[in-house]
Amino acid sequence: MWEQIRSNRFRSAVLVSLMGTVLLLLGYFLGLFFFDSGTGGLVIALAVWAMMTLVAFFQGDSILLAVAGARKINRDDHPRLYNIIEEMKISSGLEKMPDVYIIDDAALNAFATGRNPDHAAVAITSGLLQKLNRDELQGVIGHEIAHIKNRDVLLMAMSAVLLGTIVILARYASRILFFGGMPRSRRSSSRGGGGGQVIVLAVAIVLMILAPIMAQLIHFAISRRREYLADASSALYTRYPEGLASALEKLAASSTQVKQANQATAHMYTVSPFRREGVSIETLTSTHPPIQDRVRVLRAMGGASYAEYERVFRDIKGRGIIPTSAVVAPAAVQTVAHVVQTEPLEQIERARETSDVLWRLNRYLTIDCDCGARLRVPPGFKEPVLQCPHCGQIHKIEATAGAPQ
Amino acid sequence: MIALWVTIGVIVLLVIIYVATYNRLVGLRNEVKNAWAQIDVQLKRRYDLIPNLVETVKGYMKFERETLEAVTRARNVALQASSAGAVERGKAESELGAALSRLLVVVERYPELKANQNFLALQEELTSTENKIGFSRQFYNDSVLRYNNQTQMFPSSIVASMTGFKPGEFFEVTAAAEKEAPKVSFTQ
Repeated sequence: MWEQIRSNRFRSAVLVSLMGTVLLLLGYFLGLFFFDSGTGGLVIALAVWAMMTLVAFFQGDSILLAVAGARKINRDDHPRLYNIIEEMKISSGLEKMPDVYIIDDAALNAFATGRNPDHAAVAITSGLLQKLNRDELQGVIGHEIAHIKNRDVLLMAMSAVLLGTIVILARYASRILFFGGMPRSRRSSSRGGGGGQVIVLAVAIVLMILAPIMAQLIHFAISRRREYLADASSALYTRYPEGLASALEKLAASSTQVKQANQATAHMYTVSPFRREGVSIETLTSTHPPIQDRVRVLRAMGGASYAEYERVFRDIKGRGIIPTSAVVAPAAVQTVAHVVQTEPLEQIERARETSDVLWRLNRYLTIDCDCGARLRVPPGFKEPVLQCPHCGQIHKIEATAGAPQ
Repeated sequence: MIALWVTIGVIVLLVIIYVATYNRLVGLRNEVKNAWAQIDVQLKRRYDLIPNLVETVKGYMKFERETLEAVTRARNVALQASSAGAVERGKAESELGAALSRLLVVVERYPELKANQNFLALQEELTSTENKIGFSRQFYNDSVLRYNNQTQMFPSSIVASMTGFKPGEFFEVTAAAEKEAPKVSFTQ
């Protein structure tokens, strides 16, 4: 497992430095073009990048969680979810329990965040909590924990920051160029030597257009590789690839988009939060590999090791995905046989349970009346008693205050 | 002169390799210890849950005295074996796991028990503890494998034998029942 992380780091370092090079090139030529100084451009580019990196490193996770509308929960709020995450924490050998967040959203998705394994968080939508059974949920959580364990979170954040910097620089530069006309320095410095200037202009414009696209493609390439790796890790942690496979199928079948997702946060989710009809080929312009492929690989696995994932992946795709150093590690890893139960009753139970958690997070009080009705009392409710609208029984608010079951 | 420098260089290099190998071995051994402590935490949790479970279930299942006693007995045996080595402990714990899964199969015959909130919460705790035992064992065995590979493979095996690194014991489960039963019987 360690070897795998090391080899991952190397590959990712290459890709990230490639993006860094794109940023430096862009900065240099924009500087040369706008104020005749490549160094000045470099300084600006690096300053923007450094600022964004600092913010992303120290505040990134809280900003993302806030943007996604995630609410932190503890063990008592949802024991099963908490237990599942703890199980995956143990299985992956993660040292610290990540924070657990719930997003009130009917869409099915989950993501992990945090700058290192000691400051990590897992967020899942309430839709996911309702629709998935224990094994499926475990597969998804295993995938998220793998992102934390393999340090994908930090890598993807770094990559996203670089991408963001490049996009910002290119966009502002093009605005200035098209709406502000030619830069003043350039107009005044008509000391001849037009050939060199034309080249600089051409390079600057080409970079302005191409740099964001190139950076995006690199970002997507990093992201897709990570998704397959996290799937493989999830299979290894749970010893049960079918759980994740069946969860992914449910995710694919659901047609709800995540409300609070945008292009910048797309790479973080388990499956792409955007829905497009009929996307089945592995396109260059998506953060996630097609779900059908991921399911196909997981279903074809005869064991749960990295080696097995690699073998199946090669069979299906004709190329490898797992670093060779990791493939050798644990020899034969057996899957554990589970029985997947999908009783309709279970789903209703889960839906009820999830809505209870959400009500409680919104500080509503829940009272179970003897007639079977369940009353939700809003946090601003001032009356000392409440009459059940069904049977007329009087409930004391104070008496029932506190955490409902 | 050159020969001297080369000798010194080789010696320095050997020392560096020795130190690096030694440190890696220590790191791996600590990981094994840490993984073992994880299993321990979960096994203790199971010992603590069982009296509660037996207490809750007792009222409902008057005719299953034997099953309940078997669980309590297995728990006490496992508790006594808890200071023993991995192999011995594995045996005692598999007995307990088997007894527990028998109990949970029997529980299926008592629908009124499954309506008991207290029991459902306990059942989730027990399911999860069983899973956690499984997963921590899985991680422990992976750690032992990594550590043993390192102590037995050349050239780190030289350092290992010089400084007394002994291969670790795997935590095996003997009873077949334990391997699959708990999770199956209680997925809600």
